[in-house]
Amino acid sequence: MTPAPITAVICAVLIALIPLAMAGLALMNSGMGRSRSAAHSLMTALTVAGVAAIAYVVCGFAWQSFSGRPAYALEAAGKQWNWIGADRFFLSGLDFDGSPAGLAACFGVFAAALAACIPLGAGAERWRLAGAVASAAVLGGWTYPLFAHWAWGGGWLAQLGPNNALGIGFADTGGAGAIQALGGLTALAIAWILGPRRGKYSPDNMPAAIPGHNSAFVLFGCLLALIGWTALNGAGSILFYGVAPARLGLIAVNTLLGGGSALLVTALITRARFARPDASLSANGWISGLVASSASAPFLAPAAALMVGIVAGALVPVCIEWFELRLGIDDPAGAVAVHGVAGLWGLLAAGLFAHFPDARPDQWIAQLAGIAALLGFIFPLTYGVNWILNRLIPYRVAPDGERQGLDLHELGANAYPEAAGYPEDYIQR
Amino acid sequence: MKLAGFLLLVAGGAIAAIAIAILAAKPVMTGFLLAGIGVELIGLTLVFRSHIPPKLKNQAPKREKEGQA
Repeated sequence: MTPAPITAVICAVLIALIPLAMAGLALMNSGMGRSRSAAHSLMTALTVAGVAAIAYVVCGFAWQSFSGRPAYALEAAGKQWNWIGADRFFLSGLDFDGSPAGLAACFGVFAAALAACIPLGAGAERWRLAGAVASAAVLGGWTYPLFAHWAWGGGWLAQLGPNNALGIGFADTGGAGAIQALGGLTALAIAWILGPRRGKYSPDNMPAAIPGHNSAFVLFGCLLALIGWTALNGAGSILFYGVAPARLGLIAVNTLLGGGSALLVTALITRARFARPDASLSANGWISGLVASSASAPFLAPAAALMVGIVAGALVPVCIEWFELRLGIDDPAGAVAVHGVAGLWGLLAAGLFAHFPDARPDQWIAQLAGIAALLGFIFPLTYGVNWILNRLIPYRVAPDGERQGLDLHELGANAYPEAAGYPEDYIQR
Repeated sequence: MKLAGFLLLVAGGAIAAIAIAILAAKPVMTGFLLAGIGVELIGLTLVFRSHIPPKLKNQAPKREKEGQA
């Protein structure tokens, strides 16, 4: 069914705003890293977004497809279990005249690019451009479309409503699972495969604080991300759940409430622990609130959106510290906690707090099924694929390159040439 | 330990998916789904533990001893 022209136009405008979320993340990743890898960070974000988009157009949408279009299905207990799309490569056969499938393909291009930018935060300052590009190609062409098909393309998770009477089926209106948790789990795989940065852990096993070089980038990135996230939540809700554009106001309010309450809680926690609110961790809290709100923004009451954000904001500083101190995970931008943990929390919260129209009970069971699929299928898949790619194209930069900074080593020039010449960086240790 | 962890993750996912596919009674299906997630959590714990650098693994007992002293 083709939506009303005005709905299609609104949806198209929202899709066109999604790159602001990417811009926000790219600025944050760059600001949270050291100045000697700042240009490399932004360059990698641009390249990775482009490659993921190309991979998605070439074959990604064919695997993702859209509800009602061709797909492969298994039959079990008399029901169809639709597991992967069977559309045509290169977006062939799609009408870009405002049809839902055409708009979903456009949405998917940007969503794949955004998901591919998430792991860059975990691999900052040591992930080679070639490795990041290879990883993004697989994410945009295979991993993201697979889960997006399950959740949004009429796949088995989306069918849990009609098939098993579990609520409306797995609900993820803005991509808390399909984009954020998937990106966060990939970030975890990347952080493990790359290992910690040189000098992160001292000989007596204590992690060193490696502060970012530009807090203004990080905080401005948060503001850009808010616009992108609101667009993401709005477009996904209209396209995949038939939400009326009139609810865009509520979606925007809930997105902001999620981010704002999460930031506030993170700022309070860091103030209680370090006597002053930590700007970088608070920025991470803000993004975690946006991420958590993505699962069900149009179906949350504002008070519930506040609660979702509060829990996300409390989880982030705890998880970041735990990962770094106890588990030895060096994640410079906190991508695993911000996108992975908060994304999974958002999915669960959708089952607990959201009120879906005409829904059957037991929505929380459908949400748990989605979380189980992410942890049980998508995470091993993304880890395995990246492990193999790392064997073929070594992901980690040479020690000398890490010492010099990736700007000079991989791009041949520093982001801040007037400040170039970090004498301590060139001393052979 | 890493491989065992990943195998448990996949096994947990399979338990959850198969339970949803073949079990009709909701309480039983929910029980198996939760069991599948439990298996996944055990797998995740193993994977996390297998990736902890050896230095950090030895650190915890050392700190405890220091605390006792």
